[in-house]
Amino acid sequence: MTLLVAEGLCKRYAAGRGVTALDGVSLHLSPGETLGLAGASGSGKSTLARVLTRLAEPDTGSIRFAGEDWLALSGAPLRRRRARMQMVFQDVLGAFNPRATVASALEDPLRIHAVVPKGERAREVAALLDRVGLPAAYAGRSIREVSGGERQRIAIARAIATHPALIVLDEAVSALDVSVREKILELLVTLQEERGIAYLFVSHDLSVLAAVAHRIAVMEAGRIVETGPTSRVIADPQSPAARALVRAVPRLVIE
Amino acid sequence: MRTMRRLLATPEGAVGLALLACLALVALFAPVLSPGDPLRIAGRALTTPFSDPAFPLGTDRLGRDVLAGLIHGARTSLAVGLAAAAAALAMGLCVGLAAGFAGGLLDEALMRMVDAFQIVPGFLLALAFVSVVGPSVPVVVLAIALGAWADPARLTRAQVLSVRERDYVAAARVAGMHPVEIAVREILPNVLPPVLALSAIIVAAAILTEAALSFLGLGDPNVVTWGSMIAEGRNVLRSSPWLSIFPGIALVLTVVGVYLLGEGLTRALSGRRAAA
Repeated sequence: MTLLVAEGLCKRYAAGRGVTALDGVSLHLSPGETLGLAGASGSGKSTLARVLTRLAEPDTGSIRFAGEDWLALSGAPLRRRRARMQMVFQDVLGAFNPRATVASALEDPLRIHAVVPKGERAREVAALLDRVGLPAAYAGRSIREVSGGERQRIAIARAIATHPALIVLDEAVSALDVSVREKILELLVTLQEERGIAYLFVSHDLSVLAAVAHRIAVMEAGRIVETGPTSRVIADPQSPAARALVRAVPRLVIE
Repeated sequence: MRTMRRLLATPEGAVGLALLACLALVALFAPVLSPGDPLRIAGRALTTPFSDPAFPLGTDRLGRDVLAGLIHGARTSLAVGLAAAAAALAMGLCVGLAAGFAGGLLDEALMRMVDAFQIVPGFLLALAFVSVVGPSVPVVVLAIALGAWADPARLTRAQVLSVRERDYVAAARVAGMHPVEIAVREILPNVLPPVLALSAIIVAAAILTEAALSFLGLGDPNVVTWGSMIAEGRNVLRSSPWLSIFPGIALVLTVVGVYLLGEGLTRALSGRRAAA
């Protein structure tokens, strides 16, 4: 059974001369699977992430998510179903209301989707913090008082709070330094093994996708130009776009 | 509390707050400081200031106590100024938030309405409104607010347009938050600081507009205002200039106080945000 099937997604931005961001994108994702979405800047991968999470509407195309016509939903039914599909953003600071505390950021999804009764929210916040490797005492801090890596852990805790089936990660580790990046990727893999969450992992960096993705889809100019198992795409890229991405990964060479 | 301490640490804030606190106390305790109707005839007409201990600031053409007028006028000026500014800010925030958040046709319609109000000089609008509806305190408040709400509306909309594209608003949508809750809880608090900084200018302008309306005889005739006192003194400006000078000084002190407090508040708030 597939969790997510997208077919023929097109999206044009009308501003100025008109930019085609998505040009007939189709993809599918199974439960518990990680699909890496690679591509250079402007290839349309972030637009695809926003279309799949219904932050932007496609011009044409269809999306089936968890057995339902995902694009036909709107209003309250859509808001309820959003618990099943969450998102983690690239900008670790911008993804939180500047006035938020760690506790309030994590309580929002718990409250909106009534995940636990009101009296147990504080305990659930502590459990979520524990799950992403942060001390429960962080709950009282302002979001501005924690480091970038810790903030991304909180963003992940916020995403898993509603027990989603799919998390869209839009360049989720691109803004983090390398040592922190590795820890976050480990956390994501562990969470996937425990909970069977599927990831759509958007990144321009193949070395990140190599560590987490089962399959990789390469985008260029709004189209998916190549898709296949991670090892095959990296070892033997077929399309020029994929070859360019493989070449872009720095190698440590000492001469 | 921390904002308050920062406010007092800035010279502008401290002076402005002191000035306004004195005025507010005078306005609040006007019936105690100067019992009785300030419009009643209290003594000989045109007593020079500092000559009669009973009327330290003298009397006007009809023998009304100038000091009593100033004290009671503070009530009208402050009350009308604050009420008008509050009404203008509330209207501006609501319209700007709705236009910026909803976008599309509603945005177009609301902003064309803002344009319409902005191209008519605010004072002219207030003047026309009061002459048609008739002078009374609530009408004056509404008239001033009508001329002042367009600026905060435009500023709020611009702020909303920038804030609503931030990732945390997208995160709130992904979390399934209701659009009204997003507008009120995620967007509104983050558009407030610059709009509040504008509020000092609006209060000061409202106090001046109220004085100008009263000066032209379009204020509430049943209450004493600084503007009407200046207008009254104008008739004998050469022989008894103090009748216009004293309420003029009161007006200047009030407006300067409001400006300084606003300046101090802006600095205190921006300091807090920079430190956070």
